[in-house]
Amino acid sequence: MAGTAVLGRLNWQIADVVELITETPRVKTIAFDVPGWAGHRAGQHVDVRLTAEDGYQAQRSYSIANAVDGTRVALTIQRLEDGEVSPYLTDELRPGDKIELRGPIGGYFVWEPSDGGPLMLVAGGSGIVPLMAMIRTRATAGDNTETRLLYSARSQDDLIYRDELEHKSGNGLTVAYTLTDSQPPGWTGYARRVDPKMLAEVAPGPAEQPRFFTCGPTPFVGAVAEALVRLGNEARAIKTERFGPTGG
Amino acid sequence: MDELMLDGNAVAGLLQEVFAAEMTTAVGTCASCSAAGPVGAVHVYRGAGIVLRCPHCDNVLAKIVKSDSRVWIDSTGIRTLEVSA
Repeated sequence: MAGTAVLGRLNWQIADVVELITETPRVKTIAFDVPGWAGHRAGQHVDVRLTAEDGYQAQRSYSIANAVDGTRVALTIQRLEDGEVSPYLTDELRPGDKIELRGPIGGYFVWEPSDGGPLMLVAGGSGIVPLMAMIRTRATAGDNTETRLLYSARSQDDLIYRDELEHKSGNGLTVAYTLTDSQPPGWTGYARRVDPKMLAEVAPGPAEQPRFFTCGPTPFVGAVAEALVRLGNEARAIKTERFGPTGG
Repeated sequence: MDELMLDGNAVAGLLQEVFAAEMTTAVGTCASCSAAGPVGAVHVYRGAGIVLRCPHCDNVLAKIVKSDSRVWIDSTGIRTLEVSA
């Protein structure tokens, strides 16, 4: 791919917190300015490293949420109650603070407008983040690739980026939601876990050779990938990103 | 379904640290079943060390153990690895 740096050492860099955005009660977007940032592709992630005063280090990977925008890197992070890193990032960081990160990392779970479509994105919970980077990149590029998003969350309050997704719908983008645990009065979306029937209704058929990206908790991604293969799609057309039982 | 399973993407940073190249798009061939596919699609299990398994036959492709000062890799289960130059 043109412009893709394949060879490259990975160095830890200092990132400055510039903005914090509350997305849901448990999720925040933290925007960093990373001096010298050379850009990234939708679907890539960064490693974040925290160092305690005694030298103890904890490291986590987080998907990049934004389309390329100069030296700005936005991470959308879900607070895990018993987490070692996420409560610090979501509760303690303030604009002006600095953390260490390295990236962009990854080249497999990546989509660029020139890759084409149709694109079928399946998100479980905060698995929406790298898929949102694809939707944002598509919008920023003025690209009209047919794109469908199926987004599963527990409740309406847990949906991240809902207003932006509504705003970006159209121009070839359609969004379907399923709320698995509770639904508000008058809810017209799905109200169960993602299953083969739902995917058959929402996704383009195998004859259209869609490119699939699915991201979420391990059991969610496994169930989605299995269902898509059962519907007749080729396994190699399905790119998966599992973030473990709790979200890493 | 193993709830602890991850994808090759989960070790992308570690592999790039070692090989100084983006490795999830590198294509590996399983020494056991001969299936070839991108490193990003392998199954990853993280415990005391990291185990990479073939998504087709479950063969152990590689084992990786990292300490503060070095990284130890057993790649017996990978016959070939093709990296874009």
